[in-house]
Amino acid sequence: MTAREEILARIQGALHVRASDPANGHGQIERTYTRTTSMTEHQTIDLFIDRLVDYDTEVIQVSNDAGIAAAVAQSMTKAQETALLAPAGFPQEWLPSGIAITFDESLSHEALDAEKTVITTCEAAVASTGTIFLVHGGLQGRRVITLLPDHHICIVRRSQVFSVLPEALTAVTSSATKPITTISGPSATSDIEMVRIRGVHGPRSLTVILVS
Amino acid sequence: MWLIPSECEPRAVRFGIQPDRSSGYFLRRPTPLRIALFVACYNDTLFPQTGVAVTELLERLGHTVEFPLAQTCCGQMHYNTGYHGEAVPLVRRFVELFRDAETVCVPSASCVAMMREHYELIARNEDDPALLAEVQALLPRVFEFSELLTKKLKVTDVGAHFPHSVTYHPSCHSLRMLNIREEPLTLLRAVDGLNLIELPNREQCCGFGGTFAVKNMDVSTAMLAEKKACVIETKAEVVTSLDNSCLMQIYGGLHRDGSNVRTVHIAEILNSVKGLAGGNA
Amino acid sequence: MSIRVGKAAKAPAFPIAAHKALENNQLRANVRRATTTIRNKRALRVEEMPDWEALRSAGAAIKQHTLAHLDHYLEEFVANCERAGGKVHWARDADEANSIAINLIRTYAPKDSTTPVEVIKVKTMTSDEIQMNHALEAAGITPIETDLADMIVQLGHDEPSHIVVPALHKNRTEIRDIFRASMNKPELTDQPEDLTSAARKYLRERFLRTKIAVSGANFAIADTGTVCVVESEGNGRMCLTLPEVLITLVGIEKVIPSFGDLEVYLQTLPRSATGERMNPYNSLWTGVTPGDGPQHFHVILLDNGRTKLLEDEMERETLQCIRCAACLNACPVYRETGGHAYGSIYSGPIGAILSPQLQSLEHSRSLPYASTLCGACYEVCPVKINIPEVLIHLRGRVVREDQKTLKGKLGVENIAMQAAATIFRNERRYEASQRLARIGQLAFERKGMLTNLPGMAGGWTATRDLKPIPSHSFRDWWKSRKKKGASN
Repeated sequence: MTAREEILARIQGALHVRASDPANGHGQIERTYTRTTSMTEHQTIDLFIDRLVDYDTEVIQVSNDAGIAAAVAQSMTKAQETALLAPAGFPQEWLPSGIAITFDESLSHEALDAEKTVITTCEAAVASTGTIFLVHGGLQGRRVITLLPDHHICIVRRSQVFSVLPEALTAVTSSATKPITTISGPSATSDIEMVRIRGVHGPRSLTVILVS
Repeated sequence: MWLIPSECEPRAVRFGIQPDRSSGYFLRRPTPLRIALFVACYNDTLFPQTGVAVTELLERLGHTVEFPLAQTCCGQMHYNTGYHGEAVPLVRRFVELFRDAETVCVPSASCVAMMREHYELIARNEDDPALLAEVQALLPRVFEFSELLTKKLKVTDVGAHFPHSVTYHPSCHSLRMLNIREEPLTLLRAVDGLNLIELPNREQCCGFGGTFAVKNMDVSTAMLAEKKACVIETKAEVVTSLDNSCLMQIYGGLHRDGSNVRTVHIAEILNSVKGLAGGNA
Repeated sequence: MSIRVGKAAKAPAFPIAAHKALENNQLRANVRRATTTIRNKRALRVEEMPDWEALRSAGAAIKQHTLAHLDHYLEEFVANCERAGGKVHWARDADEANSIAINLIRTYAPKDSTTPVEVIKVKTMTSDEIQMNHALEAAGITPIETDLADMIVQLGHDEPSHIVVPALHKNRTEIRDIFRASMNKPELTDQPEDLTSAARKYLRERFLRTKIAVSGANFAIADTGTVCVVESEGNGRMCLTLPEVLITLVGIEKVIPSFGDLEVYLQTLPRSATGERMNPYNSLWTGVTPGDGPQHFHVILLDNGRTKLLEDEMERETLQCIRCAACLNACPVYRETGGHAYGSIYSGPIGAILSPQLQSLEHSRSLPYASTLCGACYEVCPVKINIPEVLIHLRGRVVREDQKTLKGKLGVENIAMQAAATIFRNERRYEASQRLARIGQLAFERKGMLTNLPGMAGGWTATRDLKPIPSHSFRDWWKSRKKKGASN
């Protein structure tokens, strides 16, 4: 007997079945928790910004796509950064002029490690927890580019922000088999005497450009 | 119905006349119930005064108390320690003795928790549908003492007088298994002269845990140390609870330390008309 | 068949280990502070959720449904994971899992290497359960823990003491000393910021150069074949993204039916584990994605005793656990002793039921008694495991097994319990025993208190006073009252 056969046999023996058939059991599970709210877009965005600020995230609001490049420039100037990494195919009109831009065309880890600032879009966000969903690929970049640089600038559209987690998960379900990362503030540890320290690994600063 | 001014209420209550607060001054005599007392084996042997207080109080409130002498133990000690088979005859004994009782009063939350949490399970594991049916019919008539007062008799002021500072320790069984939270506090607040002081971290276990107190005596003692510190912090004269088991643990530690804090079961406070000097505890 | 739960087989019984742990005041102070902090944060985060009870109920129901059809969902997970380029292996026990991991690592290790192969690891209790590090080292492979706390434990040659905060028994000075020695940084201060910064630099270099990583998983999703890792520090993302090869060890109970079910657990797990609305990073990946992350992905599905818990529905509840450790933080026993006293990688209330059951009650038999049954654990469990009931159930198994042996039958406790049961079954015997006790206690009365009671009862009087049994029982009072005709 292979390990698989043996383990399945043990399970089926314990459950007293030949082979389990869940039928509609999963669909019949009672779910009375909150799956959607009636919050207005205004309330949702206010809450989202509130949570982001709580995480020390820099939030820059722009009224349309035309304002993105300036917002990026503003953030990078404030952080004294002069070079920017972007996923391949990132629209030039969203990138400021006068700074060195590198597009990620299968760069090596060493090359990426030298980059300080990265810009991406995102797939969805959750207001109540201040969470950003990245579905990797395309303009959201492959996973490594938002991991090694120290400053992540993320473009979030107001229409992408949901009030609660179940709504956001439903929105990303169609991409469930792509790599997905959820980001809720910078990394943290409380392992040393329960003192919460931010920025263990991964970007230590996050900027959200909130686009109407 | 009599019309009696509110300042006479406490005395009236002591004579078994119950105020009907929802209608103002009108008072009525309660319908007398026949209440069967299951005193609990450890109360019978170690804390008889609790059983006395329960009996006297219920009689004063106008009810008849019965005490089936054949009662012994609810089986909790055996069952919780893992001696499941040994507990079965004790379950049968309880059911048989009390099956015809209209109302059963138990001044021990842990015993009631044992019954509500495990008696049906035990009957099912014994494959005994008759026992199961009897358990299911009996349990709705079984009340922990403070539940009996507030939920069944619907009384919160029993006309007691206990002029002392008191802190209340909620036993884990009453709190989490019977979900008794506010009722004992309501009863205590209505006691004349009683100064109720909140116990810090009151929901933390005192460390008794039945046989745990001896099988894991070091940890039991460490847990007790935290409970003692909280009690001392209140500066209360008296610690009360729904369970003498917890009070035995708390007393055991405080007295070993040389403290004068007294431990008094809630029934004895509620039956008090003269306070501690009147000979309680 | 070598089922193992860490070093539990060799651990001393809980009362003995606890006695030792209670002497360590530094440990106890750390444990109290840590558990109180997380417990309070959890309470805040739970209070703001009006649907918390509904989330708990759904969380329990999803797990119960899954476990009742575990074979189906495991097979569904395997099919979807492999369709996406992953490879799934099945391991019956600890040795088999380690053997699979070692073979995979050797297959992918650089052939020209003169130094031992290094693998970076993301926190996984499951690997501690099977003692993977020990097995890897014996096979000439060097595992490098990358979770800050696990790194502290590893560099300090210590054992984890908590499921979520494994180094909580260490304070900053102790950690500084460990880092100074192992990272060759004699000037390092004990400020948490400096310690964390030192760890970041030390590990960054290893993340970039190590080709093989080992992780665990919080959830394995059947309908998509996705694996999910929940973390705070970012070392998970590093290990799951940078290497070429990823080996993920997953207990078979981690599978959940559907991607959408995450909407429940991603709300209850962070709030229960660390008292946050959401933990910093969750990583979800399915099989292999060309051009993004490890191009070789292997899952090792682990049994190691879990299937034994499936048959009995009460024992099966144990497998609902999502390893949040809220029960540890709520437990008044754990609060006094910390995790080491349980002698198992799984400590606290969940450890008290999981450790003995995985080992068929051959070891860790004292753990079901390491509890007052106060129920604080059940109150906070996000998947509603009725831990006190499972504890009582396991106590029943321990007693029944012991009673089959002569040693057990003649044991002091069994004899006392049989005697008590006999007494309680008969009114006259009961009253006689009350009278006997009143007489018998005279030998132990000193200054109005009972002292130095014999046998097990001595465990009481060693630290607590005990009033003598009153001269009249309640039933004595009742009978004399009836005689006087005073009732009614």
